[in-house]
Amino acid sequence: MTDHGAVAPLAVPGKAPRSRHRQNLEAYLFLLPWFGGIIALTAGPLIASLYLSFTDFDMLRTPNWVGLTNFVDMFSFDPRYRKALQVTFIYVLFGVPLNLIFALAIAVLLNQKVRGLGLFRGIYYLPSLLGGSVAVAVMWRQIFGGEGVVNQGLSLIGVNAPNWISTPQYALYTLILLHVWQFGSAMIIFLAGLQQVPKELYEAAEIDGASRWQKFVNVTVPMITPVIFFNLVLGVINSFQAFTSAYIVSGGSGGPADSTLFYTLYLYQEGFTSFRMGYASAMGWVLLLIIASFTALNFWASRRWVHYGDEK
Amino acid sequence: MTMTALAPAPRRKPLSLSRAITYAILIGGAVLMIYPLLWMLMSSIKSDQEIFSNPAALPTHFDLGNYFSGWFATNPSFTQYYINSFMICLGAVIGNVLACSLTAYAFARLEFPFKRTLFTIMLLTLMLPSHVLLIPQYVMFARMGWVNTYLPLIVPKFLATDAFFIFLMVQFIRRIPRELDEAATIDGCSTFRIFTSIIFPLMQPALITTIIFTFIWTYNDFFSQLIYLTSPGSLTVPVGLRTLVDSSGGAYGQLLAMSALSLIPTFIMFLIFQRRLVEGIATSGLKG
Repeated sequence: MTDHGAVAPLAVPGKAPRSRHRQNLEAYLFLLPWFGGIIALTAGPLIASLYLSFTDFDMLRTPNWVGLTNFVDMFSFDPRYRKALQVTFIYVLFGVPLNLIFALAIAVLLNQKVRGLGLFRGIYYLPSLLGGSVAVAVMWRQIFGGEGVVNQGLSLIGVNAPNWISTPQYALYTLILLHVWQFGSAMIIFLAGLQQVPKELYEAAEIDGASRWQKFVNVTVPMITPVIFFNLVLGVINSFQAFTSAYIVSGGSGGPADSTLFYTLYLYQEGFTSFRMGYASAMGWVLLLIIASFTALNFWASRRWVHYGDEK
Repeated sequence: MTMTALAPAPRRKPLSLSRAITYAILIGGAVLMIYPLLWMLMSSIKSDQEIFSNPAALPTHFDLGNYFSGWFATNPSFTQYYINSFMICLGAVIGNVLACSLTAYAFARLEFPFKRTLFTIMLLTLMLPSHVLLIPQYVMFARMGWVNTYLPLIVPKFLATDAFFIFLMVQFIRRIPRELDEAATIDGCSTFRIFTSIIFPLMQPALITTIIFTFIWTYNDFFSQLIYLTSPGSLTVPVGLRTLVDSSGGAYGQLLAMSALSLIPTFIMFLIFQRRLVEGIATSGLKG
């Protein structure tokens, strides 16, 4: 085996080994589309938007350098920006954990060799496949509207409920609920993780007389912490960028009273209806920093609570 | 006789209380999950009056009128929106399959300087929110006259910008035995030949996952279509639906009919490829 290099030329008589130079060239040819994309559509725009975030660019005139004005405005003089931050943080803080709790609970139930597993899995997964669409947001708007089916149901039991969509206190929570409804893809990832937990651990716990709950807390949860962590990071990154549901349910306004003004929705309004593209670029960069720091925070915290099997 | 015939039956365990509870929760939950979709389907064949007077009830009659009036409620009709959506999906699928597989092959099999660095950069782009690139990309595409064409939605796919699929394919190619490449090299195959006649055909499962998810994501994508498609003739189904929301006024039947209809392509993909979708998510953490 070790003299592989010496044998190779003999095995291919008359054919010189491909030169390193040629090999590199070939590899870079394969990567040509990706290089084009990374330069023209990622690195270039990334640098350009960093520059634009220090300008008052409006798409028509040449951008003027305004220093940190956009960033100062955001945090000091723009109540709508602060509202957008608040709305988005509430959405992430409630939506992501609730989504994961439902996903894990149903995954645990499905992991007990139930009959009709495929059917259940399909039904629970379907909403996350369809949930990001405009159609589902339209549907949600109708269901939670003033005369929607939810309120008709509540009126049967004598509750006179408000229009959930047009009441500032509640509108955001209907969107959180829409996010939670889409727990299916996280559930499938959990289910795959649960199937990896060695049966012997449960058997050992049973011998020790552990109850179901004790088995869940002391065996299941520690064993699937990497999966929980993975879902958490993915959930946070995706939820910060939520857009469609708020846009459709509020008709593009982020209303009522800016109560559903998601970060990306405000960015869209600033960039594409007010044409304050310098400001929108600055918002994009702050979003990048928020997501990066949340991801970093998650990775840092994960060292305390995530157990990878190979550490032992 | 009867005894022996009955004998195997008791082997089926009686339903214990905890199992009964499990099933009750699962079935109840499934009904709750699916109910909004069924409600939309039921409402889409009701008259507007009926939607409001009796939203939860079964429709009293079967009437596809909302589908016809909804289809032609916009100008141009939904025919154009569906054509636009499917053309964009087709372009995106072809782009992703070609560009991502070439890229993945290089990262999985070839040796070249800065490979690790470039691979890390590729992985980092997975986490990059598209909003930070949005304004310069828009300005660039607008200057090139690409607004209201399919191009800004398709061309990026030909430049391997969907790192998710590159990653998926790299993982897959790494599991293809290297002996196959080596044997082909000895037979005098060029690197490109190895890719086209060995790796690409063997990548089929990963390619199918890529096709399914690219189709569903592109079809449901709202944000970029909202930005790049504004003229009435260029609209796709999601943006067209939004137009209908604004213009339909009180015609909720039409709106729900068109919404329900727009879910059908995704739903068909779900029915055909359910197993593959589930595997795709479970193994690579793709978000559905």
